[in-house]
Amino acid sequence: MIDTTTIWIVIAALGVGSYFFRFVFIGLIGDRALPSWILRHLRYTAVAVLPGLVAPLVVWPPATEGQTDGPRLIAALVTIAVGLWTRNVLLTIAAGAVALYLGLYIAG
Amino acid sequence: MPTETTKSIFLTGAREASPFILVVGPFGLLFGVVATEAGLNVLETMTFSILVIAGAAQLTALQLMTENAPTIIVIISALAVNLRMAMYSASLAPYIGPAPLWQRALAAYFLVDQSYGLAAVKYESEPAWTVRQRMAYFFGTIAPVCPFWYLSTLAGALIGSSVPEWLALDFAMPITFIALIAPALRTRAHVAAALVSITVALGLAFLPYNLGLLVAGIAGMVTGAEVERQTMKRAAS
Repeated sequence: MIDTTTIWIVIAALGVGSYFFRFVFIGLIGDRALPSWILRHLRYTAVAVLPGLVAPLVVWPPATEGQTDGPRLIAALVTIAVGLWTRNVLLTIAAGAVALYLGLYIAG
Repeated sequence: MPTETTKSIFLTGAREASPFILVVGPFGLLFGVVATEAGLNVLETMTFSILVIAGAAQLTALQLMTENAPTIIVIISALAVNLRMAMYSASLAPYIGPAPLWQRALAAYFLVDQSYGLAAVKYESEPAWTVRQRMAYFFGTIAPVCPFWYLSTLAGALIGSSVPEWLALDFAMPITFIALIAPALRTRAHVAAALVSITVALGLAFLPYNLGLLVAGIAGMVTGAEVERQTMKRAAS
């Protein structure tokens, strides 16, 4: 169970921080141009952080106490393939879910 | 089209954003359920969604909190996921920078993936729009998306603990994130950033305090930016 104080500290920090990111250029800097190298780095933040967050969860799922799990690994690979192929987020989630449930059902 | 009223532009924005309900709804539901399972009450879950309105960052924070990562690591990692908002802000600033401050302050709160994506494309295709018309469109795109985000979070928080075990909800978050990222891997730079991030995160998983993720994020970001720079240089020469 997560400590209540921790939860509120995290919520407050993320609320303030996220608002700052959103406001900083529209609100404070206005329409002055930014150095292109900053924009270039900002462009890749989500695609750099989220795969790193997910990869260990796929390879060593906490639900199986860190043991690599066939159905989960296959579901992740199916999700990647369908996502690259269809470029459709909803369809991709659906395909991943079907692969996971099918795999868990077969694995019993 | 100078005959367009701000009202009709607002409605256009709302109409064009309405398909995103299908993405935002399940995502909000997922956050509500996962937050409740992690032990957050309805007030905490709702405050989270209303203050932060960024599902990916919120789920990142939850995941790290359930892994008992130090608070500072939780905050830095989740904020890193949201750094892209600064890019959105920078990209829209030339278009809506001249609007009154209160409107910009409000727009900043509502600057999410969906409103940014729609507005950035629209502003480029409608260069004759006034600042007022641009703001009308922006707030139009929010009208279906954000209320739905709050409501679906609430629904998820309320059904929360009654979700049966066989649904394997532990894996809904990884699948959702993969489904968000894979279609966004449009360029070699995006692919390189993702691959480096995965490799470093797995390789450094032994590090304490989830520090591996921080290193992976920085490495991925620098890789993406560098590959883009090289690609541009080659295209120019």
